[in-house]
Amino acid sequence: MELTGAEIFVRCLIDEGVDSLFGYPGGAVLHIYDALYRQDKLKHFLVRHEQAATHAADGYARATGKPGVVLVTSGPGATNAVTGIATAHLDSIPMVVFTGQVPTSLIGNDAFQEVDSIGITRPCVKHNFLVKDIKDLAKTIKLAFYVATTGRPGPVVVDLPKDVTAQRANYYYPTKVSLRSYNPVVKGHIGQIKRAVQMMSEARRPMLYTGGGAVLDNASEELTELTRLLGFPITQTLMGLGAYPSPDPLFLGMLGMHGTYEANLGMHNCDVLIAIGARFDDRVTGNIEKFCPNARIIHLDIDPSSISKNVKVDVPIVGSVKSVLTEMLKLVKKSSFSTDKQAVAEWWTQIEEWRSMDCLKYDQTGDIIKPQMVVEKLYEVTEGEAFVTSDVGQHQMWAAQYYKFNKPRRWINSGGLGTMGFGLPAAMGVQIAYPDATVACITGEGSIQMNIQELSTLKQYGLPIKVITLNNGYLGMVRQWQEFFYDKRYAMSYMESLPDFVKLAESYGHVGMLIDKPGDIEAAMREAMKIRDRVVFMDFLTDREENVYPMIPAGAGQNEMILV
Amino acid sequence: MRHIISILIENEAGALSRVAGLFSARGYNIESLTVAPTNDASLSRMTLVTRGTDEIVEQITKQLNKLIDIVKLQDMTVGSHLEREMMLVKIRVADHHEREEVKRFADIFRGRIIDVSEQTYTIELTGSSSKLDAFIENLGKIKVMELVRSGVLGMTRGETILSL
Repeated sequence: MELTGAEIFVRCLIDEGVDSLFGYPGGAVLHIYDALYRQDKLKHFLVRHEQAATHAADGYARATGKPGVVLVTSGPGATNAVTGIATAHLDSIPMVVFTGQVPTSLIGNDAFQEVDSIGITRPCVKHNFLVKDIKDLAKTIKLAFYVATTGRPGPVVVDLPKDVTAQRANYYYPTKVSLRSYNPVVKGHIGQIKRAVQMMSEARRPMLYTGGGAVLDNASEELTELTRLLGFPITQTLMGLGAYPSPDPLFLGMLGMHGTYEANLGMHNCDVLIAIGARFDDRVTGNIEKFCPNARIIHLDIDPSSISKNVKVDVPIVGSVKSVLTEMLKLVKKSSFSTDKQAVAEWWTQIEEWRSMDCLKYDQTGDIIKPQMVVEKLYEVTEGEAFVTSDVGQHQMWAAQYYKFNKPRRWINSGGLGTMGFGLPAAMGVQIAYPDATVACITGEGSIQMNIQELSTLKQYGLPIKVITLNNGYLGMVRQWQEFFYDKRYAMSYMESLPDFVKLAESYGHVGMLIDKPGDIEAAMREAMKIRDRVVFMDFLTDREENVYPMIPAGAGQNEMILV
Repeated sequence: MRHIISILIENEAGALSRVAGLFSARGYNIESLTVAPTNDASLSRMTLVTRGTDEIVEQITKQLNKLIDIVKLQDMTVGSHLEREMMLVKIRVADHHEREEVKRFADIFRGRIIDVSEQTYTIELTGSSSKLDAFIENLGKIKVMELVRSGVLGMTRGETILSL
């Protein structure tokens, strides 16, 4: 039977197993919205701004591991989605974004709501497709999901001209597709894996450094088993948190610009560095000239272009984290394998000395709320089981430092692009994926205003997100840099005329709370957790000039931290 | 160092801009770029000349390989290879002496005069890029009015080929 392009689109998504679609209608996608109206298998969530649709789909993808799916209209619909697409691209999140397009006959004519979506999104997608022929529609959709979810994942854009969604064709959704030009490697080279394991056995001051790749590839179990068998210290990037249980003694905390003293000194002084699904980002390495001066480096990554991009490595392994770690485990479990136990024990003595500095300690004696305490209390109240999303800035770093993530896919933040406005819509996507879970969005009074309109969406779908605003009246991270590096000239980092967030939340039909005493934090949070049918917007008035420590200033080495 | 990278790419709209966009986005330089269909209608062949350290060229080839439309690529400069570029150059020949001079240069460089007018010669010249450079240099004071180069084409020597 022949279906219209719009009907084919809907059938494809259903056959692909998509359950949630995030979007916003407009002229170029009206045929599709009509087809959505006439079915009940695929649930569409109406956001209030297209950027939020992409972040919500992104949050959904990060929490579930399934691709997030977005539908927006042409022109401004597509351009509004770009920030979310770039966010997903930098963090390698699988996502398929469908953009409406003007009819093929009008493409290139500066038609109403026309923009070159393929051209605009090209630098921030894994790949994009323009469907010009109805006969290619189903296959292209399959290819989009295939490319987005395999190899190093990423966002894929499919541009759909309006006339294509009206034409008719027979429906056939391929179960398998392939591309002659795209064959991502899965299995690592066994010779390289053996060399890596040999190097681990020789290590005297080993260090495991893992990133988002371990989370994306669902390799948490293998990583945890390998780390424990080796007994090596492990640190994780901002994107990697949760892949290894944070409360575990082998875990040294996050590394990098706001990493712990022990993690960064461990990196600086190690003799064998085992990098797993991490990409030696500048926020991790600090000054590249001073990075791990005495280490031999093993680097496991699914993307060959990540290897030796920033740091030259000694043993590169291209492959999926899960499959390579599985191979490594086999070798490490052999009776012939051993580590240099004495040397590693001495290394641990050194690490414990660094750890005893207790670099994350803070002083909560006064009657002003310390932002760190809010995050710690959230950890206690949720027993470490919440999904935590964040925006970008100081609150993001405190969330990463003080919420001890036990499981992967629970920490959801924009690491690569650093997108303010990510947290609230991302939380929306997470709550839609897991309706019964506790989802908290740790944010600041600056970031939250970048997508605050989504409070309306949250009301429409009754999503009980806990918004934890660390409100210091400043764009805190900007202010911190200005304090340190610009002689306290606080240019534009102070916001006058903040809204009354309690009333604002109430006007959207949610619950608002203002908390300004340290003693009230816990009770307020426990109260908030009981509310399950709408958002609780918790506005915590915190110490205005608290800074994030430790800090590696830009251009410094990992051993050159500012501690207090 | 100068590298010649040959690329087989899906013959699709937008494929060229993916390559060009990659170079501008990542700050790599392109000295020349040529692209045309091959004997396989589904494929285009692109030849790209770039300069960079070994590390940069390694990144360039890795990043190119990551583009979904690129089927295969090869750095020609790694092994023994052939390199050709074509140039058309229109020259002002004011008098008999200059005509003689230009004709002589064209012969020495195995170029052909393919168009003549009262005061101009247009010469077609094929060879390595450095040969074309040498020709221009040798013209000395003789005035070049217009010059167009095709960009480099490359192919490996002997049995090895770049194919699917």
